[in-house]
Amino acid sequence: MFPTLPPPPTPRAFLSDVPLRFITPPSTRKRKAAEAAIADDTLPLLKSATKAAHTRNATSTSLSDTPSDKDEKKKEKEKENTKQQDKLDIEHLTGFVSSSSSSVGQSQCPKKRGIATPATTTASMDSDDDFMSDMSSDDFLGTQGSDDESIGEDFGDLDTGFSDDKELISHQRQPFEVEFKVLDPPEIEREQLAQINNVAAILGLPPESAAILLRFRRWVQQERLIEEYISREDEMLEEAGLGTKCQGVAKTEVVNDFMCEICCEDGPDLETYAMRCGHRFCVDCYRHYLSGKIKEEGEAARIECPGDNCHRIVDSRSLDLLVTDDLKDRYRELLTRTYVDDKENLRWCPAPECQYAIDCSVKQRDLFRIVPTVVCACKHDFCFGCSLKDHQPTPCLLVKRWLQKCEDDSETANWISANTKECPRCQSTIEKNGGCNHMTCRKCKHEFCWMCMGLWSEHGTSWYNCSRYEEKSGSDARTAQQKSRASLDRYLHYYNRYANHEQSAKLDKDLYLKTEKKMTSLQSQSGLSWIEVQFLDTASQVLQQCRQTLKWTYAFAFYLERNNLTEIFEDNQKDLELAVESLSEMFEKPVPELAELKVDILDKTAYCNKRRVILLSDTAENLSKSKLIH
Amino acid sequence: MASSFAGKRLSKELLKMHEHLPPGITIVKSDALDEWQMDIRVLDDNPLYKDQTYRLKFAFSDKYPIEPPEVQFIELPSTSDTPRPIPMHPHIYSNGIICLDLLGQSGWSPVQTVESVCMSLQSMLTANTRDERPPGNSEFVAYNRRRIRDINFVYEDDNV
Repeated sequence: MFPTLPPPPTPRAFLSDVPLRFITPPSTRKRKAAEAAIADDTLPLLKSATKAAHTRNATSTSLSDTPSDKDEKKKEKEKENTKQQDKLDIEHLTGFVSSSSSSVGQSQCPKKRGIATPATTTASMDSDDDFMSDMSSDDFLGTQGSDDESIGEDFGDLDTGFSDDKELISHQRQPFEVEFKVLDPPEIEREQLAQINNVAAILGLPPESAAILLRFRRWVQQERLIEEYISREDEMLEEAGLGTKCQGVAKTEVVNDFMCEICCEDGPDLETYAMRCGHRFCVDCYRHYLSGKIKEEGEAARIECPGDNCHRIVDSRSLDLLVTDDLKDRYRELLTRTYVDDKENLRWCPAPECQYAIDCSVKQRDLFRIVPTVVCACKHDFCFGCSLKDHQPTPCLLVKRWLQKCEDDSETANWISANTKECPRCQSTIEKNGGCNHMTCRKCKHEFCWMCMGLWSEHGTSWYNCSRYEEKSGSDARTAQQKSRASLDRYLHYYNRYANHEQSAKLDKDLYLKTEKKMTSLQSQSGLSWIEVQFLDTASQVLQQCRQTLKWTYAFAFYLERNNLTEIFEDNQKDLELAVESLSEMFEKPVPELAELKVDILDKTAYCNKRRVILLSDTAENLSKSKLIH
Repeated sequence: MASSFAGKRLSKELLKMHEHLPPGITIVKSDALDEWQMDIRVLDDNPLYKDQTYRLKFAFSDKYPIEPPEVQFIELPSTSDTPRPIPMHPHIYSNGIICLDLLGQSGWSPVQTVESVCMSLQSMLTANTRDERPPGNSEFVAYNRRRIRDINFVYEDDNV
């Protein structure tokens, strides 16, 4: 069920016992100092934002473990312990197991834990709101505490130069990350069943009726369903297509003097079936009808009685009685599909052929301030809010607007910018494709000069030859034009950078495919072991991830107001950009040089990743307080 | 050609209609089991449809009656012996295509018959007072090349 499960981190076990952790080569030490300086440089600007202080702690304390920091950490560690379990989930699913978490003694079998804790899903659903507020306050402190350690460890491992470099992108929960869980189809079905049985037991209904009720109310919270049921039982049963109280077992019957209204067949031994609405048809027709609905129309949760104007829903017991086994499987699959579609906290992984669903409690209404990136067990990372590929740090709403804008505008805008001017009166865009300079706007009939944009009437007798550059009307028109061109240029500025990173990410992806080859040849040329050349793989992954982030920062920046926070954002962006470009350059060096560059690449990789984390954490924090967009 | 399931059902319907037909409904053509033609008249004196007869074409798939038949009005020129115009109605396009939820996958019930569909259309005409075509009629008629069953109608108007 978990084919992508990472292998247990056995090679690391002995490595983490080796006390090499604090042996730091001088070059690295220097860089650390430089980094601390950068962190101190940029971040004090954030004084207004309280959270920013924590970010700074997160980055600088990791480099110099002062005693006071350790005390603080201890406290935070306690808080953290309760959340450890969930964090482990994330680590597991993303395939990066850090040494800190493996020492806690986690189980190696995520499947088992999935079964053991179905309650967590239901529980978190009930207290979603608490959870949200929790996350925005305490949790941030908590994760930062543990973060300090993990970064310290990353460097320890890094400096030994032997361990699993994947840790550089270890997944401790940062402010920009959200909690989620990956579910496989059997788990989804179990979850469904648990809820159905629960509601059935509380309301004293047969499970199949409870299932219909739950599906009818699109799997709302159980409390709400039960409350509604108690206050208006009969109406609700009627609306859900259950009619009044249900009783008896589903069975087919032979009825005297019966003619099936569908096939008009009659006969003394015709097997018939009717649900509690009493609309009786022969079993054959019923079967035909149901298979048509399930196979052709892909319906499952809301198949109605074949009778005219009868809205009674065919329950699963009737269905089991009537249809063939292959259809039952399809039926259950469809039910699961509607279950996931209906539940706000579930979403299918959009990767092709992927059968997992993600359970995440971020609400649609919070999407303007949270970017819930999740990673499926199939390794596909996407946004839980909109199912698009990961688009940190830009909120879904802006992503949608940006993509729309790009689709409509970018090519056209380039052309417009190069080839047209606007009518000084009505701002219609005009292309001059020939003729003289005397323009008459087809829309508002304004007459102007193409050269100076001034009123044509002011040109007097100097027809076709504009020498009147100083006229007031002309300079006004030109200013207005500059303004509108400026906004176009602004858009193109961001678009070109966005598109550039998109393009580079594609190229890097090709590079990634070549990475393995490179690793093999590096291994044979330099005598390094397979584990020792893993750093290339890590670098390539980090490169990809950073490009992805950078790409979206440009779309994001297009929508930002000009203020201090934006300036900090752009500084962060610039830092990341520089780091990424220099890593990209190193990465492309010929194989013989790579072995020498190993330490540099490792350093740069870690640095890139850290810049990315800083940028995203910062943005996520400001976003969560609605400071960036209004 | 309709399968035996649809065929059996249709021959039974035919048998029943030969015995008795509601007023204003006549069978024009029912020799093949995949396409029938029916004539319908409006019984009251709604000025829009007074003294007119309309021709309906029913096309059955072999999944009938599980699947709805394709039903549309067809036109015979006013010069013919039996002129058949397309009735004026805000849910009937000028090419005879009808927008009625009853005839869509979701509104159809296998209990419906050719006869009941004819009666529903009779009453749909009777109840109408608006002498107009659906909005966007000309575009639809000019550009629609889809089969009726593939058109995604939106049934938003419950009044007519």
